[in-house]
Amino acid sequence: MNWQLMWDSLPRMLGGLSLTLQLIVGSLSLGALVAFAVALLRLSGNRLVEGLAAAYVFVFRGTPLLVQIFLVYYGLGQFEFIRDSILWPFLREPYWCAILALTLNTGAYTSEVLRGAILSVPQGQVEAARACGMSRALAFRRIVLPVAIRQMLPAYGNEVILMVKATSLASTITLMEVTGIARRMIAQTFAVFELFIVAGIIYLALNFIATRLIKFAEWRLTPYLRARA
Amino acid sequence: MLELLSFGPNGWGGQLLLGTAMTIAVAVSAFAFGIVVGSLGASAKLSHGVALNVLADVYTTIVRGIPELLVIYLLFFGGSGVATSIAQAFGYDGRVDLNAFTIGVLAVGLISGAYSTEVIRGAVQSVPFGQIEAARACGMGRWLILRRVLVPQTLRFALPGLGNVWQLTLKDTALVSVTALAELMRVTHLAAGATREPFLFYSAAAVLYLLLTTVSTALFARAEQSANRGVRRA
Repeated sequence: MNWQLMWDSLPRMLGGLSLTLQLIVGSLSLGALVAFAVALLRLSGNRLVEGLAAAYVFVFRGTPLLVQIFLVYYGLGQFEFIRDSILWPFLREPYWCAILALTLNTGAYTSEVLRGAILSVPQGQVEAARACGMSRALAFRRIVLPVAIRQMLPAYGNEVILMVKATSLASTITLMEVTGIARRMIAQTFAVFELFIVAGIIYLALNFIATRLIKFAEWRLTPYLRARA
Repeated sequence: MLELLSFGPNGWGGQLLLGTAMTIAVAVSAFAFGIVVGSLGASAKLSHGVALNVLADVYTTIVRGIPELLVIYLLFFGGSGVATSIAQAFGYDGRVDLNAFTIGVLAVGLISGAYSTEVIRGAVQSVPFGQIEAARACGMGRWLILRRVLVPQTLRFALPGLGNVWQLTLKDTALVSVTALAELMRVTHLAAGATREPFLFYSAAAVLYLLLTTVSTALFARAEQSANRGVRRA
């Protein structure tokens, strides 16, 4: 075990951390918006809209993320009308392609988590809110959504961990995040285990922090479950 | 344009099918290897030895906490070296080169095994302890209990979870394409590059993967049904 090499590789690896973090935060926050919209569409009651939303979820959950990334990065640029559109300055960058693919992927998974959580809110609570004179929208905003978000947090935590790991696939479309840098350094030095350990520790630390954050959010959102001081 | 997907001399249809077959081969082998690893992992987690418990915990935490791609790179770049030193420990003095298929199965199998470990551990724990006691009281030995009471019920409880693990495993095989093994993703990549029709070919790959996941979901549903045929429904 070459400790010196591990120590020396750390600053270079951490150089990719900023990109990894951008991919995580970017795709998770955009993915949450997509998930919210898709979950609402799937519960809209309109057959056609529900079918389209379900098809989106089916396709993105049923195919590997790598296919989705390549489809966005290599596939979209093939079309003239996309190259001529105002989106091209974004879609020609691997960075935005990675964000787009990761967003659509996590959006599909998270929408299912959110949909399940919304459906799990007891009907009686909605009825009570309606009886108090709240409109449907107000009841959704004040009653259903807060309860659902509390309910979905554990499952969402798993999704966050999957996304932290999924950002590593951005290295396949030339982005030099932590995995990309690790791969390049392994090819240069052949110190496979040392560099694997350093990169692995970085990801484990990220996932540790992510799970703590979710646990903290759960704690904040369930004050009634805490023992009174 | 669609003739590119045909089976003729100018079509990539045959190649894509061969790639799909390779994907299935890697996924099935890795899943089976993962179940073996998972059973060992689960028994280590449930054993009373502290060292075994810690070892199994470290394994599942690390493998589930780091990207799959890193595990594949680890075996791709380091697998042959380890295999060589193991062979040398047994007195063989040559170089052992693992082929891409073996590397893929080992890597995806180790990832699959970490998830299987948790599924199998949960399933074993949901077999009521009274049944083990009853079997013991009937005079069954350890192995007989394992074979007649524990394993059949564990299988039934584990099936839904293993179905999820299978889906993960199937999708993780796409990452093995970085080792240049000619599975579906790799063939698609080559076809897309050669024909300059990336959208067509990646869409075709997506459809093939969807087909695989849909068919296997149906198969697992059937398996669950037949495993639960003796259970009374509420």
